[in-house]
Amino acid sequence: MTAKDALIERYQDLLSVYLKAKTETTLYKGQQFSRKLLEQQISPEDLVSLHIQVMDELFPDMSEEMRDSFDFLLESMIGYGFAYREHQSLRDKQQQLESEIEVAASMQQTLLLSDVPDFGELDIGVVSVPAKKMNGDYYNFVKSGNSLSVAVADIIGKGIPAALCMSMIKYAMDSLPEEQMKPHLLLENLNRVVEQNVNSNMFITMFHGVYEPESHKFYYAGAGHEPGFIYNAKEDKFNDLIAKGLVLGVSRSTTYHPYEKKIEVGDMVVLLSDGVTECRTSKGFIERDEIVSLIRKYMDLSSQKIVENVFQELDRLQGFELRDDFTLIILKRLV
Amino acid sequence: MDIQSCVEVRNEWDIVSARQLGRNMAKELGFGNVDQARITTAISELARNIYLYAGRGKICIEPINQLGKKGLRIVALDNGPGIREIRKVMEDGYTTSGGLGAGLPGVKRLMDEFSIESTVDVGTEISATKWLR
Repeated sequence: MTAKDALIERYQDLLSVYLKAKTETTLYKGQQFSRKLLEQQISPEDLVSLHIQVMDELFPDMSEEMRDSFDFLLESMIGYGFAYREHQSLRDKQQQLESEIEVAASMQQTLLLSDVPDFGELDIGVVSVPAKKMNGDYYNFVKSGNSLSVAVADIIGKGIPAALCMSMIKYAMDSLPEEQMKPHLLLENLNRVVEQNVNSNMFITMFHGVYEPESHKFYYAGAGHEPGFIYNAKEDKFNDLIAKGLVLGVSRSTTYHPYEKKIEVGDMVVLLSDGVTECRTSKGFIERDEIVSLIRKYMDLSSQKIVENVFQELDRLQGFELRDDFTLIILKRLV
Repeated sequence: MDIQSCVEVRNEWDIVSARQLGRNMAKELGFGNVDQARITTAISELARNIYLYAGRGKICIEPINQLGKKGLRIVALDNGPGIREIRKVMEDGYTTSGGLGAGLPGVKRLMDEFSIESTVDVGTEISATKWLR
């Protein structure tokens, strides 16, 4: 017995039982049967044809008009069959796309992964979580000589285009000369790459900083990036870490201003992406003050624990639905 | 009845004639009622495309017999503007007539075999086959 014969038989049983005693139980069975039909990808016109076949057997003396009306019904169902099959094919396609994105996302993870280096006197903490499958935020640490450079970038936009763009930035940075470059010069360099290679409707903000342990100085520059914070331990005060500059990719001739700050023992540098400040709670956007007070709350922990706790609280405040890629980095001078 | 029969398509009535021709042949070959309905729907769609986009053309129906395998082939021919992007029209959800009709991907799914050839400013030839099971 083929699967189709089995279906016919089952349908015939159900229908004749129902016609004899019109019970809700049989109707319920009929509804369950429809699930089976869908599982076997029986299209609407096939079901009508099944009905006709069964009715022919149950009522051999069915009137001509009745019989013909079924043929008309069958013809009218063809359109639904069309729609059903289109739906199936679109669903298959969607599954295929999803699995491709899955692969791309894990590939991106491997490509962009930056190890958080051990850097004696600096305690480093990082959390970077994508809102969707692919991350449009990017951070990077490079130890070079004695110093440590750190970059945080964010593409205006999210999803796959942002992620593709990010990969380009990574390789542009990798291909810059080995020797440590001053942050403002590095940004000028990258700006030219972005301006040349990226569509004019896509912008990239970036913060770049270099910490030099001999002088305990933090050199930095910014390209339209969300300002971070700097914590002054002596005054027990958080200040904005402002680094003015145009976003990358707007104009070829943009120049960036060099900044520097002395970092004392206990001071912290906090870098973030706008996914942090654009966290939305039921009360609206979260204020920068609130982020500061969250950091303050966990300040005594290690940098990694601070960023993880801050992320968890903000995630919870938003009902575990990130709206934008979220990156938060803390560097704390220990000694 | 191995000879192919054709219907000229110039107006909407011709679509009905093409359907009738297809249904008669499908019935004669022994197709069941569901397949008859599918074949005529495919004919409708192809004939409608001719009527809407090429203005005129023809639909030919022929019985086929390959190594004992029997079937029916529909060939739709026109000398219209042709299709610039075949890949596009074969995508689901792409219809130029504003959602009317099921489009070519639908026809392809109704039938067992489907092929399309089109040259811009020369015309289009679509052939679709349904095998008797």
